[in-house]
Amino acid sequence: MQNGVVKWIEHRMPIFSFIDHSVGSGYPAPKNLSYWWNFGSLAGLALIIMIVSGIVLAMHYTPHTTLAFNSVERIMRDVNGGWLIRYLHMNGGSFFFFAVFIHIFRGLYFGSYKYPRELLWIIGVLILLAMMATAFMGYVLPWGQMSYWGATVITNLFSAVPWVGDSIVTLLWGGFVVDNPTLNRFFSLHYLMPFVILGLVIVHIWALHTFGSNNPTGVDVKGPQDTIPFHPYFTIKDLYGMGVFLLIFCFFVFFAPNYFGEADNYIPANPLATPPHIVPEWYFLPFYAILRAFTNDFVLYWPISWLMTAKLAGVIAMFGSVILLALVPWLDTSKVRSARFRPVYKWFFWIFVLDWLVLGLVGAHPPEGAWVLIGQISTAYYFAHLLVILPILGVIERPLALPESISASVTQPAE
Amino acid sequence: MMKPTIKTAFAAFVTAAAVSAVVLGTAPAQAAGNVATPAVQDWSFKGLFGTFDRASAQRGYKVYKEVCSACHSLNLIKFRNLQDLGFSEAQVKALAAEYEIQDGPNDDGEMFTRKRTPSDPLPAPFANEKAAAAANNGKAPPDLSLITKARAQGGDSVIKVSLKHPGGFTLGADYVYALLTGYGEPPAGVEVPDGGNYNKYFPGGVIAMASPLAADAVEFSDGTKATVAQMAHDVTMFLSWAAEPELEARKRLGVKVMLFLLVLTGMLFALKRKIWSDIH
Repeated sequence: MQNGVVKWIEHRMPIFSFIDHSVGSGYPAPKNLSYWWNFGSLAGLALIIMIVSGIVLAMHYTPHTTLAFNSVERIMRDVNGGWLIRYLHMNGGSFFFFAVFIHIFRGLYFGSYKYPRELLWIIGVLILLAMMATAFMGYVLPWGQMSYWGATVITNLFSAVPWVGDSIVTLLWGGFVVDNPTLNRFFSLHYLMPFVILGLVIVHIWALHTFGSNNPTGVDVKGPQDTIPFHPYFTIKDLYGMGVFLLIFCFFVFFAPNYFGEADNYIPANPLATPPHIVPEWYFLPFYAILRAFTNDFVLYWPISWLMTAKLAGVIAMFGSVILLALVPWLDTSKVRSARFRPVYKWFFWIFVLDWLVLGLVGAHPPEGAWVLIGQISTAYYFAHLLVILPILGVIERPLALPESISASVTQPAE
Repeated sequence: MMKPTIKTAFAAFVTAAAVSAVVLGTAPAQAAGNVATPAVQDWSFKGLFGTFDRASAQRGYKVYKEVCSACHSLNLIKFRNLQDLGFSEAQVKALAAEYEIQDGPNDDGEMFTRKRTPSDPLPAPFANEKAAAAANNGKAPPDLSLITKARAQGGDSVIKVSLKHPGGFTLGADYVYALLTGYGEPPAGVEVPDGGNYNKYFPGGVIAMASPLAADAVEFSDGTKATVAQMAHDVTMFLSWAAEPELEARKRLGVKVMLFLLVLTGMLFALKRKIWSDIH
């Protein structure tokens, strides 16, 4: 604070001490944070990459059904560096979800959602929902076959809502089919949503800074001996993580840019030709599998079959699978945060991860043969984990002895 | 020192990663049952340093021009783009001037025809999609500008190639080549309707397009013998370029970016070690 200009500004608006208390030496962080704690800053980096590349793309993109596909190709071929901007944006979406999924599973493993971080966690779930809406609408914009048919399938889901379903669909479409008004409103909302996400991220970080980060032991910070200043320790650790992240990200951007995409989306949208398989992007596959698991012969559907159609049940289950995550702070009845000291939960956590990956596998395959049954079992397990296993396990499990403090756990390993 | 908890966690993570690799590997499952899998070809544009074989792509342009363009458009390609393939500016001008295009309205409000210039697109065989459909039993032949990205599993990808297609990945180029050389007599039990042709690589086995290539269908100016396999290879090379004209620039820049990031990340890692050295 030697600089006169800095002092002048600081006196009128203490922005420098604000930054120092947010990501500087004035913000104490647990000293034992592992590399699993890097994924928050990586998700933040991905968001910035998406916003910057997206703003540039919007300068060249034309949201009209007859022009959209070719305007994307014009970006790829004639706009200076256009292919780079577009491939950054295309793959950035995948890497944003990749970082966020690991971030979420990290939270589930170390119990980061427990008191006093419930609201922080709920805001995180809201961010995930906003990301899903944004990604879905963004995928429609190139107006390829998967764009068009993905939009048709997903918007049609809302027709399952009783009484007002058809009106909702008409409102989403801006007409009676997926057409130009749909593309226009999706473009507008796709531009809006990232800033909603940015706002939520700011609130997310605010909530985080109120109590600080959880840590691998899940034991509260007991005093200054348990913490180190965020800067320089975690600024450099985050920067190093970003380097590794960018290496992997850029490998895909430059050498396998269409790896996560669908070949069908390089065919212009054709309302008269349905692709043999309508598959969403990989990050939606587990949720897509849950949606499709609800058929008339699904055991979970029987008890509610008098109340609603299987389609509506599937839609509710799909959204419910995300929204339920927001309730995990209360569904998990254990007082112990970290799975390190929960010998049984640790196993159930990894089974849950595996179940989620199997759901992804199911979502990628046409609902035929064994995939139907596998999908229904893994869907049932997904909800069983959240609604049955988590509440019961917290009561019956005998956790290991917790270390007295973070420092104690570092000097004397628990096992 | 690896604690047992971390070990089990790590083992579980590796399992999970393997499963997810399979998820990605088989994501867009093939619909049709008994479609032959295209063979892996050794394209010059594969790999980290891949480039398009200029001579092959120029021959491929000739195949496209004299055979494919009778039915298929290539709307996203302009004559000026052909300079990428090694044609000189004068050659491109001459190639463009072989065709006319309607322009206008002029100052008198009238449409007129003029010779094409390098900034004009390649001519399309039909006036519009309806005309194309009407001339082809009701279904317009697809535009070929993106065909190698829009078929099989899309464009060139280092990962897919290096893994030699374990998850059923097929490059679009391999598929196009296989399709062009995959015509033959239908096996017993396969009914080929009128106006259809049997091709073992086409989903369902019956394709509307008749075998487009016959030996010596074109005459290559460089003396290369125009076998069906040669023409199929060359035109696929040309179409791969048409689908991904940025490929060479992308890979060149990619190598530089990766080297830069490797050095940067290495330095950041060293700095991290240094800064953290006083923490236990």
